[in-house]
Amino acid sequence: MTITALPTALQEIKDEFLALELRERLQLLLEFANELPELPERYRDHPDLFERVVECQSPVYLFVEVGDDDVVQLFATAPRESPTTRGFAAILVEGLAGLTVDEVLAVPDDFPQTLGLAEAVSPLRVRGMTAMLGRTKHQVQLKRHS
Amino acid sequence: MTVGFDDAAKFAEYAHPERLVSTEWLAAHLGDEGLVVVESDEDVLLYETGHIPTAVKIDWHTDLNDPVLRDFVSGERFAQLLGEKGIGRDTTVVIYGDKNNWWAAYALWIFTLFGHEDVRLLDGGRDKWIAEGRELTTDVPTPAAVEYPVVARDDSKVRAFKEDVLARLGKGPLIDVRSPEEYSGERTEIPGYPTESALRPGHIPSAASVPWARAAAPDATFRTREELEAIYKGEAGLADGDDVIAYCRIGERSSHTWFVLTHLLGFENVRNYDGSWTEWGSAVRVPIVKGADRGEVPAA
Repeated sequence: MTITALPTALQEIKDEFLALELRERLQLLLEFANELPELPERYRDHPDLFERVVECQSPVYLFVEVGDDDVVQLFATAPRESPTTRGFAAILVEGLAGLTVDEVLAVPDDFPQTLGLAEAVSPLRVRGMTAMLGRTKHQVQLKRHS
Repeated sequence: MTVGFDDAAKFAEYAHPERLVSTEWLAAHLGDEGLVVVESDEDVLLYETGHIPTAVKIDWHTDLNDPVLRDFVSGERFAQLLGEKGIGRDTTVVIYGDKNNWWAAYALWIFTLFGHEDVRLLDGGRDKWIAEGRELTTDVPTPAAVEYPVVARDDSKVRAFKEDVLARLGKGPLIDVRSPEEYSGERTEIPGYPTESALRPGHIPSAASVPWARAAAPDATFRTREELEAIYKGEAGLADGDDVIAYCRIGERSSHTWFVLTHLLGFENVRNYDGSWTEWGSAVRVPIVKGADRGEVPAA
């Protein structure tokens, strides 16, 4: 069995969380939430954003682009009222930035579970980020240049 | 009771007006001796982005649910939690939250399982407070710890288990408070909650469909008594004296309906089936109906 090293940015984010006490991990997640970049202009009028989702707790929208160099770009948006979801999205946006298709697909599916957030925000909520990572990889698969 | 009630005219129509306070009332009573304000939200970080001054946070996942069993915390843990938040047994607790007080009602229901007497909701919750431009702060209070007695949770009066529902099938009304799509069985989960699913979609036979948020007005306050009577008695067919069981997916939305039926309309025996669809829809050989009709209870 070979253990693939995490991409540098994801590893740094993980180390940063694990170095903190539980309460401080929440604060760090909030900082990520506050720093989620705005969507680029070309997505601001995307029809998906205006679809009304009844009872949806935290609508998060992910947009994946794969460049000619095979480099993946992830853009995400979620409402200000859903800081946890925004934080999860911001971790992925920052952690996956600049990675190639193969590198993104090689990120372990359980990465969200390794940030030490289960106790701070509950395992169920962490599964929200796992789902987000899964959706991102799925979009990467669809958009890769075969 | 340590803090007086809100005598707003709207509340006087309800069966138990002492269970609600208005934003005006709360703004005037912040800092009162014997009052603790609690914020309880869907999102565990929302409180940190800004909350009502003096409010403490209680989170439904990390504070109120047992970390191992699918159950609520024990009396010991509840006593420890409330003590740390500066809440004594005779403290007046006002709970508010996001999304029409969805999670605030859940917290209030759990306080009720432990028999905390004076627990109220802020009518309109977090949304109304913010919409009115009232003060928010990110200062987290550090209350002096208080001794809260260890009280055994009483699951017999306002909580129903799967066996209770099975035993009552056909003998008393059930209210399904999920979305119409979940009720009919078009989907097993609600959008955005892919991890809280069930193996089979549909609803419990005979259950009436009344999506929980119908009890809320657009400004997140509760609808008037007259409007609520029209929905729950007129449309859903509940009659005074009925023993009602409400359910949803994991028991949070139905806590809101439990609050409405119990405290606003005055039904005396309302129970919340917190196992709800995530249990029922995955249980072996329990009856399920698909489609928009209530369906028949199978002969025993």
